[in-house]
Amino acid sequence: MSTTGADRGATRAGTARTGAGDSDAGPAGATRAEICVVACAEAWRGDGEILAAAMGTCSILGARLARLTFEPGLLTTDGGALLTAEPVPIGAPAGPAEGWMPFRDHLWLVQNGRRHVMMGASQIDRYGNTNISAIGAWERPASQLLGVRGAPGNTICNPTSYWIPRHSTRVFVPEVDTASGVGTDRAARLGPRASRFHDLRRVVTDLGVFDFRAPDGSMRLVSLHPGVDAGEVAAATGFAIHGLAEPAEPAGPAEPGTGGEVPRTRMPTGEELRLIREVLDPGGLRDREVRA
Amino acid sequence: MTTVEEIVGSLESGTTIGIGGWGSRRKPMALVRAICRSALENLTIISYGGPDVGLLCAAGKVRRLVAPFVTLDSVPLEPHFRAARQRGAIELTEYDEGMFMFGLLAAAHRLPFLPTRAGLGSDVMRVNPDLRTVRSPYGAAGQEGEELVAVPALTMDVALVHMDRADTRGNGQYLGPDPYLDDLFAKAATRCYVSCERLVDPGKLDGPPQSLLIGRMHVAGVVETPGGGHFTDCGPDLGRDEAFQRHYAASAADPEAWAAFAERFLSGDEAAYREAVRRWHDERGQEGTR
Repeated sequence: MSTTGADRGATRAGTARTGAGDSDAGPAGATRAEICVVACAEAWRGDGEILAAAMGTCSILGARLARLTFEPGLLTTDGGALLTAEPVPIGAPAGPAEGWMPFRDHLWLVQNGRRHVMMGASQIDRYGNTNISAIGAWERPASQLLGVRGAPGNTICNPTSYWIPRHSTRVFVPEVDTASGVGTDRAARLGPRASRFHDLRRVVTDLGVFDFRAPDGSMRLVSLHPGVDAGEVAAATGFAIHGLAEPAEPAGPAEPGTGGEVPRTRMPTGEELRLIREVLDPGGLRDREVRA
Repeated sequence: MTTVEEIVGSLESGTTIGIGGWGSRRKPMALVRAICRSALENLTIISYGGPDVGLLCAAGKVRRLVAPFVTLDSVPLEPHFRAARQRGAIELTEYDEGMFMFGLLAAAHRLPFLPTRAGLGSDVMRVNPDLRTVRSPYGAAGQEGEELVAVPALTMDVALVHMDRADTRGNGQYLGPDPYLDDLFAKAATRCYVSCERLVDPGKLDGPPQSLLIGRMHVAGVVETPGGGHFTDCGPDLGRDEAFQRHYAASAADPEAWAAFAERFLSGDEAAYREAVRRWHDERGQEGTR
């Protein structure tokens, strides 16, 4: 049930060109981590009453910030089995609960679909295939990681985004060693029926925001964070990102990449900065994940 | 009512053992430590893996692991599991965590498989070449039915679960926020053993009825193991012993440090383990865990 439908259908883009003197730019002094929190929050814009499942500090803060501001219908957890009545500071006790989500129900909710997850990835390729399982040959890995965990089910059943705190060629690889999470090329090969719930939304990193809306379903630039230049992203990525080298390429009205200038991730508003700094993360955990 | 040694003594090498809990949460660690001390070998372990898997790998007990992940939660990666995989010392059947649950559900309900979308398109299908898909018989008019992953039943010879409370008949109760999948493990197994933080008389399991997770019809034996979940999270009685888990993880990442850890904590029985942990905490000038 929603009493807050006014935000539904609001712009999903969440980007704004912030050229010199742009009056929409937020207050000066926002850190890169705070810009990342807001960019993560934007991933859930327009989602309404679904579970915002988040992994990683900026992603967790983003989900709770979105709920506190433009997406009040979202459900968020305490990081454990409780759906909190209100968004709580990161690491804080749950306080009053509005629901119970033990692991089994969480796994059932993945199948049910009312959930948008933002995961991490140790490797990601141009089609959004991701690896959290093992580096090197799966049969005998050079580096065993977590295991596929929920990535196969998440990606084939739920809208999925990624939060990658350190954009580098170690993570952004031409081809993942093991595909834990399903990318757009693999989904296309499954056909429209099997992949009808596959929905890769966006990738947020410490350098920018990306989606998979290039004509071939590959990674496309949505926006660069303020202060980041395209060459820096290209050097940190093991494949070509659509729209990065040729920002002037027309992509239709109201789409990023128009107008011949690099689209910029929007700055946090004053209220968003207050919520991040004073309410959600007074201890500054975000700065340990993304260094200034 | 039985003992840890009796339970482990009833197991055979080559058997398939499911272990309840999740990651580093409410794991039947006293039973796991007893298996590590035993002569058992060539085990197949089915687990939402945590330090249970790590300890068993370190002791060379595991031939094959069925798991969607192995983690210590507050320490993301399990060093012994990593080392075993990187040495090629264990076989791995790696499932998505939802697939894994459907495998438990299938086994608990005597079904050969259950269908799910989870796994489609991912390398779970590549690294498990025995996995099959199944086509739904309910296609819409003029359309073929949907193709889904047929997750095989995760049947097991034995399940080991750790409960906050149990009664002497074997009824098991959890008091924390999450039952994990422990009731499914109990039902998926030919026989299930329950260890518990505290054993009470029948009728003395206080708390809401929905906390009575495991019924005695599924339980072959129950044993009281105070601190038997250590160092995993057994809230609300006992949170995870984070300091000790960090010590475990740091030791596990280094062969020499691990030898010292094993000598100090794992060379004796469960009572010796608890005493060694208590002394370790005392030496660190912290309040002992129990």
